[in-house]
Amino acid sequence: MTPALVALQAITIREGLRFVRQRSRFIAALIRPLVWLVVFAAGFRAALGLSITPPYQTYITYEIYIVPGLCGMIILFNGMQSSLSLVYDREMGSMRLLLTSPLPRWWLLFCRLFASTAISVLQVYTFLAVAALYGIDMPWQGYVLVLPALLVSGLMLGALGLALSSAIRQLENFAGVMNFVIFPMFFLSSALYPLWKMAESSALLRDICAINPFTHAVELIRFALYGQFNAMALFWTMLAGLVFAGAALWGYDPARGMKRQ
Amino acid sequence: MTGLAVRNVSYSYGSKRALDDVSFHVPQGAFCALLGPNGAGKSTLFSLMTRLFTTSEGEIEIAGHNLARSPRKALAQIGVVFQQPTLDLDLSVQRNLSYFAALHGLSGRLAQDRITAALERLDMAERAAERARDLNGGHRRRLEIARCLIHAPSVLLLDEPTVGLDAASRKAITHHVHDLSRQDGMTVLWATHLTDEIAPDDQVAVLHRGRLLKQAQCSALTAGQPLQDVFLTMTGETA
Repeated sequence: MTPALVALQAITIREGLRFVRQRSRFIAALIRPLVWLVVFAAGFRAALGLSITPPYQTYITYEIYIVPGLCGMIILFNGMQSSLSLVYDREMGSMRLLLTSPLPRWWLLFCRLFASTAISVLQVYTFLAVAALYGIDMPWQGYVLVLPALLVSGLMLGALGLALSSAIRQLENFAGVMNFVIFPMFFLSSALYPLWKMAESSALLRDICAINPFTHAVELIRFALYGQFNAMALFWTMLAGLVFAGAALWGYDPARGMKRQ
Repeated sequence: MTGLAVRNVSYSYGSKRALDDVSFHVPQGAFCALLGPNGAGKSTLFSLMTRLFTTSEGEIEIAGHNLARSPRKALAQIGVVFQQPTLDLDLSVQRNLSYFAALHGLSGRLAQDRITAALERLDMAERAAERARDLNGGHRRRLEIARCLIHAPSVLLLDEPTVGLDAASRKAITHHVHDLSRQDGMTVLWATHLTDEIAPDDQVAVLHRGRLLKQAQCSALTAGQPLQDVFLTMTGETA
């Protein structure tokens, strides 16, 4: 194995061990979308009528509609949680250890990104399994085809977390990220309501949702879960991912300093 | 040039000058104490030498590799112990070390041999399975020193490695690192503000308010006086 792959494997195992150790984090990550699915969606089922829009070929209940959005939610929360742990790592010093490795810095950051995405994917599959037990299942090929969609979405949202972590000086500031990044990104997307439904109440809100990269990640996942490919969603998700990755690399550029005093 | 060379290095945090035209050279195999009071710029210098920051003013050469021009070759030659602990406390000693080995591209039998050798060197072989959290402060530091030897570096950088340790642990660690320089020919830069960690034949570089005041062999610098007094006189502090 090349040194780069050795490092990738070790960083992924370390993140995995850390995740397994924090069992409460895993349970919280699973309970959150299940509460939305079982409680919120049940309440909204009567209030929200959904017409047939791709990728659906028949009338669907609201529970079915929000499953891809909740997959996105898991990845979004996990991406941010991972950026929180990066800020923690930096305060605790283990980030120094990572960055003084003789491997290229962009590769080391990618390894961290990949490791946190792998954990998100694991959580999403667990959620999909529970949802299937609850009675919401997808065509079998959907479970396979969603994997690349989850990876691309996970890398994009992880890169956003990485970029944010380079800008956040202290752990305490992370609450701000919750309020100003996670919630707007989640609510101003197609995760909970289709865009045409949003347009009925406000065209401006609809436009904001349409440019939100999280919307495209959710749509990519939604189409993949039904065995379909949404090229537009893939394009926008990847573009956003590249922009965030560029910002993260800039943020961790040694010429800027790892922290300013 | 082998060993460690710092030439005309300056660094500022915004308008605050943290390092001002610092130059010194530690020959291969020498133990050099970077002596300076708190806030002298030692940690900034360490961040520059480990490439956590870079600066456009001055250059740093590690075992003959220019840090700006060949950062990866230079970093591969450095073993570093930061002032702040960098162990993953919930992982075992063995896992902490194999994680570090992997960051340097080492895996399998080679990594394991190096880990075993490093633990034996620091008399910690029997602790491999323990969780890092269960080690006392002295042993955690010793583990960090063992860890920084795994990739066989030729230059060791230690930033106040004895902070917060009791007298016996401090003595043991100071002794171990002196041995690494004397017996294995490693170049050591040991930042400290504690003069009792320095032996008469060590090199001493005195840093104060971002400037290098003097570099000389300890015995030549003190000329029979206690190093503590000489240091306080140089930095203008009173005992």
